[in-house]
Amino acid sequence: MQLIKPAVAGTMESGDIMVTIEPRDSGGVTLELSSNVMQQFGRQIEEMIRKTLAELGVEHAAVHAVDKGALDCTVRARVSAAAFRSAESTDYTWKGAK
Amino acid sequence: MDEKLLAAIPHIGEISHRDVYAGAPAKHTATFQERSSRQNKVLPSLEDAIRATGLKDGMTISFHHHFRGGDHIVNQVVGKLAEMGFKNLTLAASSLAAVHAPLIEYIRQGVITHIETSGLRGELAEQVSRGLMDCPVVFRSHGGRAAAIRSGELHIDVAFLGAPSCDPYGNANGYSRDDDEAIACGSMGYARTDAKYADKVVILTNNLVRYPNAPWAIPEYDVDYIVVTDDIGDPKGIMSGATRYTKNPKELLIAQTAAQVIDAAGYLYDGFSMQMGSGGASLAAARFLRQMMLDKNIRCRFALGGITGQIAAMHEEGLIDRVLDVQSFDLDAALSLKKNRFHHQIGATYYASFLSAAAVDQLDFVILSALEIDTDFNVNVLTGSDGVIRGAIGGHPDTAAGASLSVVVAPLTRGRIPTIIDHVNTIVTPGAVVDVVVTDQGVAVNPRRPEVAEKLRKAGLRVYTIEQLRDKALALVGRPDPIRYLDRIVGVVMYRDNTVIDVIRQIEE
Amino acid sequence: MEKRYIKDRLRRSMMFVPGNNPGMISDARIYGADSIMFDLEDSVAYTEKDTARFLVHNALRTLDFGKKEIVVRINDLGSGLGIEDLEAIIPAGVHVVRLPKTDSAQDVIDCEKEIARIEAAHGIPVGATGMMAAIESANGVLSAPQIARASDRLIGIALGAEDYVTDLKTTRADGIELLFARSMILNAARAAGIAALDTVYSDVNNEEGFLAEVELIRKLGFDGKSVINPRQIQPLHRALMPSEKDLKKAYAVMEAYEDAVRRGSGVVSLNGKMIDKPVVVRAQRLIALAETDSRIEEE
Repeated sequence: MQLIKPAVAGTMESGDIMVTIEPRDSGGVTLELSSNVMQQFGRQIEEMIRKTLAELGVEHAAVHAVDKGALDCTVRARVSAAAFRSAESTDYTWKGAK
Repeated sequence: MDEKLLAAIPHIGEISHRDVYAGAPAKHTATFQERSSRQNKVLPSLEDAIRATGLKDGMTISFHHHFRGGDHIVNQVVGKLAEMGFKNLTLAASSLAAVHAPLIEYIRQGVITHIETSGLRGELAEQVSRGLMDCPVVFRSHGGRAAAIRSGELHIDVAFLGAPSCDPYGNANGYSRDDDEAIACGSMGYARTDAKYADKVVILTNNLVRYPNAPWAIPEYDVDYIVVTDDIGDPKGIMSGATRYTKNPKELLIAQTAAQVIDAAGYLYDGFSMQMGSGGASLAAARFLRQMMLDKNIRCRFALGGITGQIAAMHEEGLIDRVLDVQSFDLDAALSLKKNRFHHQIGATYYASFLSAAAVDQLDFVILSALEIDTDFNVNVLTGSDGVIRGAIGGHPDTAAGASLSVVVAPLTRGRIPTIIDHVNTIVTPGAVVDVVVTDQGVAVNPRRPEVAEKLRKAGLRVYTIEQLRDKALALVGRPDPIRYLDRIVGVVMYRDNTVIDVIRQIEE
Repeated sequence: MEKRYIKDRLRRSMMFVPGNNPGMISDARIYGADSIMFDLEDSVAYTEKDTARFLVHNALRTLDFGKKEIVVRINDLGSGLGIEDLEAIIPAGVHVVRLPKTDSAQDVIDCEKEIARIEAAHGIPVGATGMMAAIESANGVLSAPQIARASDRLIGIALGAEDYVTDLKTTRADGIELLFARSMILNAARAAGIAALDTVYSDVNNEEGFLAEVELIRKLGFDGKSVINPRQIQPLHRALMPSEKDLKKAYAVMEAYEDAVRRGSGVVSLNGKMIDKPVVVRAQRLIALAETDSRIEEE
């Protein structure tokens, strides 16, 4: 997936995560994460963000995320939405239940 | 009467060691109104009062927390003590709030070197968790504190007690029947213990009323000095109107389930006794219990503890015969204490001390909140999931131990944080006195109480094991990484019998 | 073929959950609603349709909703959003698609065609996904009998009152304004053998008004109602459940009926009164409702 412009998805409400993605040409994915549950879940949130981007084929991006206690499925949803917005793409690839 | 006759009295050595009557002191002739403006305990300034008490470095001073977030007494007094050059003092408050952040500076200066309290919040709590103090903070329950003061384990040299009304002789109270305009905090139950046992007692008031300030929370014979100050606190922080019932559907669901549990367990009968907190779900349970009481046409003999406007309203409605109020949570409760003769002010010892036959021992049930509950039913109300101190023990272990049925209510998860876990960060109330846990996603009964579990099942309530509830929480949020602590101990938690039940360690940044 | 939905089940309450609110989505299952309806339509701003789709898609794939019926309200196909909604939710495992603004049987047929296409593309048995149609216009109400029979997938039809009263050039009042629509929808549903579901009651703080409306739709014969706040669920269920007294009577009727069957007698009588066939049918239904309810509580 080719990122084109900076994009945001999600809100600052409790249980949500606001994800900002900016395209980069190189240097992999940099992540700046703040969370009200950083100690307990920071590692897992970061893993989910990176995994989601990898699955979408995003190799280089500057990601900024403000987490308010989002569950994994919410993290994945917000990262995906931000990535598609950043790529100006609606070529969604919906997958089935696991 | 003379010496000879005195000597002739059989057993006089056992009866009296005093001498023969030698004439009464000269009588007062001024009106009592005149006298009370001349010969009283009012000193011109706080500084004068501090000097008069004979306070020395290394001694223990105490405060109450009936002014909650609006309290200006603690900061004002400690500020003055710092100014006067005192060092190495122990501060023993019935509790401390976020408003007491200025203490951090006085701790750094060495004015305060030790703290005893029921709880800590805000910046002060954060700093303590990060190792501010060399000597660990001692956390006691309200009942434990009352017992420690009485036994001398916690000896108070000077108590500085804010009072919304006081007369020139020291009869002090949390409201005044002389006027309706002044600040009110309702019950001053926790301050009564300090007043009774402290070596010296200073009342700080902004409302000097005429003698006798009846009814009083603290009688004049327990008071040494009085300081009149413009500012005892922020009325809005001390007390706001009515505590509102929550509209949060999750809290309402928990509250309703808690009420059903109590009914099913057989503790909702004509003449029962109860206590509930002021927190969302705990308070909301009152509303469901009220409806059940109306439906069953039964009454509550007494409601105990921290009292809210909701309890006061049920009292006025005739659903609760007696209210035993150790702390009024809102203005409606304070007004009820002032006007209703069966709404009664009680002290901390009467409320919860294990050294006495306390009111908590007469409870049928109590509804309590929790930050964390573990699979041994231990409850934490003191430290957050990040290990930082952010709460107060209050009467949690006292009421849990005293009540026939202790019901702990909590959401299964808060945001992404699971409430039911393998080990609580801090044990405040041991599982040995916790009977039922009610969450938004199910009820668990302590295996100690199989008969309760059976009754709940018979009433159609689904009973889970505590492990099942833990698993439900983990399935939703995932397993949190453990909190990293340093070895250094920053807090010591006492059970209500003042044995050490747990420690709080410094968090690793 | 294994279907994702159960055609005939208890549907007293269908709880609306805004599709772009993660907190409400993860809490949705705890309130005891018979069905949970995640909304991609009116509660989601036009600029957030994409994020809501991602959120509902991932929630359906990941979260455990127990035995609840999971419904998603999509945007109507004419809006240009509906097909992408279907693309997102059908592979994720939705039980029932709620089609808004259904004006004709053709709307149902068009939607079903898209559902079937997506099912096939993902290797899901065609026909596995259920549907329900919300009727929100005068045209829709007049076409209710055809709509109710437009697809085998339909589990029910529902009234959406806000748009409907606007179409009628009136406003929500005491219920008289909806009498025709409710009667029409109810009869259409019953004739087609599917559920009839009532509209939402928006004034959350007016419990009395809510219960009055519930009583009205109960008398009319509706299966249940959409709710917008969890607080409405328990009062709704209580009001729709048979009372102890009715239930006792129903058990007595069934006992008398079974007794008559054993005796080989065509005449059923209870306390000296003759009991007609419809009374027996109603008693059966009442008992089934009460027993289903206690089974659901078991989960």
